[in-house]
Amino acid sequence: MAHHVEHTQSGEIPKANTKAIWRTFWILLILTAFEFLIALGIDMDSRLKAAIFIIMTFVKAFYIVGEFMHLKHEVKALIWSIVIPTGFIVWLILALLIEGNAILQVR
Amino acid sequence: MATATATISSKGIWNGGNEPLKASYGKLMMWFFLLSDAFSFSALLITYGLIRYSHPAGSLENFQFSQETWPIPDQVFNAIPFLHGVHMPLVFVGIMTFILIMSSVTMVLAVEAGHRMDKKDVQKWMLWTIIGGLTFLGCQAWEWTHFIIGTEEGFTFTDVLGNVREVFGANLHINQYGPPAFADLFFFITGFHGFHVFSGVCLNFLIFYNTVTGVYHQRGHYEMVEKVGLYWHFVDLVWVFVFTFFYLI
Repeated sequence: MAHHVEHTQSGEIPKANTKAIWRTFWILLILTAFEFLIALGIDMDSRLKAAIFIIMTFVKAFYIVGEFMHLKHEVKALIWSIVIPTGFIVWLILALLIEGNAILQVR
Repeated sequence: MATATATISSKGIWNGGNEPLKASYGKLMMWFFLLSDAFSFSALLITYGLIRYSHPAGSLENFQFSQETWPIPDQVFNAIPFLHGVHMPLVFVGIMTFILIMSSVTMVLAVEAGHRMDKKDVQKWMLWTIIGGLTFLGCQAWEWTHFIIGTEEGFTFTDVLGNVREVFGANLHINQYGPPAFADLFFFITGFHGFHVFSGVCLNFLIFYNTVTGVYHQRGHYEMVEKVGLYWHFVDLVWVFVFTFFYLI
């Protein structure tokens, strides 16, 4: 995949275009800081906490995979060929967490 | 090797001679390798979830270490280097997360510099990424050491034969924090991840070296930096999940 590199008149290297990158960084940092706040600061039901953590982890994963790994800007078929198997993994996680708890109840 | 934009050959888009998913072979293979590696890590994390939730959790108000109940993470991981005896739950692991996310950012900046054929910037950002990776490994080594050595109080209990035993720190058979599975899974999951960080640092160094000697500039594109960047972001992503499941939940 050849990239179209724009050169200025004198052939020098174009300036960096990093706004989107740093924006994603700040989003990730704020999400993580918020997670820590919930983990250590606020008193709430532990299952609600767990749900919040998992949701925020997936939001972070969306930004890392979509922006840092550039998947959001790839061809749809490639996006789906990564996302759909990952969906199966998520189902397996939830299913086995529930199984684990069922084992605990039966013990 | 990157080719020009896909021209559909007379045989059709899937019959060879072009890039159906508009990505080069190398990049596509890296994506599918990462998917398979995601399965491996998911297997470990799912195992952790199953074992953890099949153990009763320790009480929140009067938490004590025990061989039967699963420990509360912020009661176990509350040490920080250079501050002996100071309890700062999850602070150190937060610093580790920040370091790894930062190194991911510098990696993206290296890829962006590669798009502009800016050799100097690629070098600079790759070097920062390598330093970030090495720092993370050093931090993880400290975390393991502290986990293995344990706290001064340790854990005293009476075993099945009636003997009173005292346990300090952790190994694969017994640990002071909780059931043996707790330490086993900690070592296995963070160790497997740390191994990926280490191999990522090695790959990054190789690409850094090739950048410095001008291999990619001569080639006309820095796509190798992109591919190794995908691997590095994957390593960061796995850490985000490990950190959530092991330390927060």
